[in-house]
Amino acid sequence: MTSDIRKLSLLLLFLPFSLWILLLIILPHIGMVYLSLQEKVAPRVYEFGFANYIDFFMEPIYWNTLIRTGLMSLLVTFLALLIGFPVAYYIAKLAGNRTKGTLFMLCLIPLWVSDLIRAFGWILLLRESGIVSSALVGAGLIDTPIEFLYTDATVIMGLVYTVILFMIVPLVSTLDGMDNAMIEAGYNLGGNGFTVLRRIIIPYAMPGIVSGCIVVFMMTAGSYLTPILMGGKNSSWFTEQIYDQFISRYNWESGAAFGFLLLAFTSIVVWVGLKLSGQTLTSTVAKS
Amino acid sequence: MLIRGVGNGTGSVFFKLYVLAFFIFLAAPLLAAGMFAFNDSQFPSLPWRGFTLDWFFNDSEPMLGMFHDRRLLRGLNVSFIVASAVALLSVFVGTCNAFLFVRHNFPAKNFFYILMVLPLVIPGVILGISILALASNVANGIEDSLNIELEFLRPGLLLVILGQFSFITTITSLVITARLKKFDISLEEAAFNLGGSRWHVLRTITLPFLRPAMIAAGIVAFLVSFENFNTTLFLVGSDAPLTITMYDRMVKVGSTPVLNAVSVFLMLGSGVLALVSLLIQRDKSN
Repeated sequence: MTSDIRKLSLLLLFLPFSLWILLLIILPHIGMVYLSLQEKVAPRVYEFGFANYIDFFMEPIYWNTLIRTGLMSLLVTFLALLIGFPVAYYIAKLAGNRTKGTLFMLCLIPLWVSDLIRAFGWILLLRESGIVSSALVGAGLIDTPIEFLYTDATVIMGLVYTVILFMIVPLVSTLDGMDNAMIEAGYNLGGNGFTVLRRIIIPYAMPGIVSGCIVVFMMTAGSYLTPILMGGKNSSWFTEQIYDQFISRYNWESGAAFGFLLLAFTSIVVWVGLKLSGQTLTSTVAKS
Repeated sequence: MLIRGVGNGTGSVFFKLYVLAFFIFLAAPLLAAGMFAFNDSQFPSLPWRGFTLDWFFNDSEPMLGMFHDRRLLRGLNVSFIVASAVALLSVFVGTCNAFLFVRHNFPAKNFFYILMVLPLVIPGVILGISILALASNVANGIEDSLNIELEFLRPGLLLVILGQFSFITTITSLVITARLKKFDISLEEAAFNLGGSRWHVLRTITLPFLRPAMIAAGIVAFLVSFENFNTTLFLVGSDAPLTITMYDRMVKVGSTPVLNAVSVFLMLGSGVLALVSLLIQRDKSN
């Protein structure tokens, strides 16, 4: 009797889960791969084949953009970790109890402001007639206004800005759980700041670091707004290529192939990252 | 090196300056996006021409305020409908998932758990195009074979809601699962011993315990939906949510300070909601 009820409730709970995963995740991805394997042979006539993928590899602009997007995303991830780690360490370990709560909240609130508004803010700051340029002219440091937008450096800065809080928040929660005595013990045993950081703090924070890096890398590689708005026509971001194929050229088959390639590429990077760091998806992302 | 001992190490001053600089970096573009909403000028740029609230309330061109701008208001309305639907759906499925993974054991549970987390690490653009591709394929197939046009499978509100729901459900599931794990099962057993029925116990003991997490998850879902761009971009039909409307105007018309006014409005709105959700979540630790 009770076991029947348990079975029934298991089935009832499994139903929404499986509908969600099957209808909105698995089938659409199968649909995307299927679409990407359609070759256009004549108007409204399609054959099964790899033409869309062959096109991708034959056209250097396409795969160069993917590699460029991947490398820049790795750089952004690394910079976000480098810049964010000290901030997370300060919030979790050095700040007093009240400051800690306030600082953490200050970190959470910008998370809820849309990428669009944040990129918009940077445009107002950095464009030729923008605040930074005007301030520099006003201060007499430069003679003519400078255009800061539309360079790779600006795009990288903008992307770091957009994603860094997704690095800091898991780092703070991981470091928060660390016993201060472990750090003190490290010093008592004669370690200097660098040894303590390398041998105690970083290994302890590893799940948070990996979780932050995965989320940040995926978000960067899949981002659309920041590269377009801050990088302009020359940003050459891969999501832009996908958008171009889908919306501008109405070439869905090729767009689907691009989408699958981006997914495969980012998944491989994340998989390698997990293997190298000895972590798993459930021990990192699912925890935060 | 950066990391000195815990407490008042010599690194403290350096550290404080660094953290201060970081928070200035964090606030700068938000302040820039906010301040021009109050500038009495037709362009969101310096010089400062005096304080005005026209970009919110003025009812005529050329300084048409956001509360009189029909297209912006329609976008706001669409975003509101989408976000409410996504929040309700994703909290419901998230709660089911929490019970499924915390209370039940079944074959390949770990595999299914990974499936549940997966949508969070799929780029939003790809979720958008894959759902678009499947829906169109189904719609085309039905149209060709049965000659019935299924309008709801074409880009539009339903697809936008489903697209956002597909990954926001992972977020709500994780938040609610974390809370359910902390539940002391002996409370339920006690209630059963006192003669409570399954449904009664769920309604009076377990769900009230979960309520703060469900509300917080709902707020998070609402906010994430409201600001989503990547997934929505590919699924949007004639009813565009606010982020898409703003983007169109930014790219095609060029920005005017009315966009700054909308930015201020959104920052205030999401700030308030984020605070509410933090306060609710704080209660749960007590």
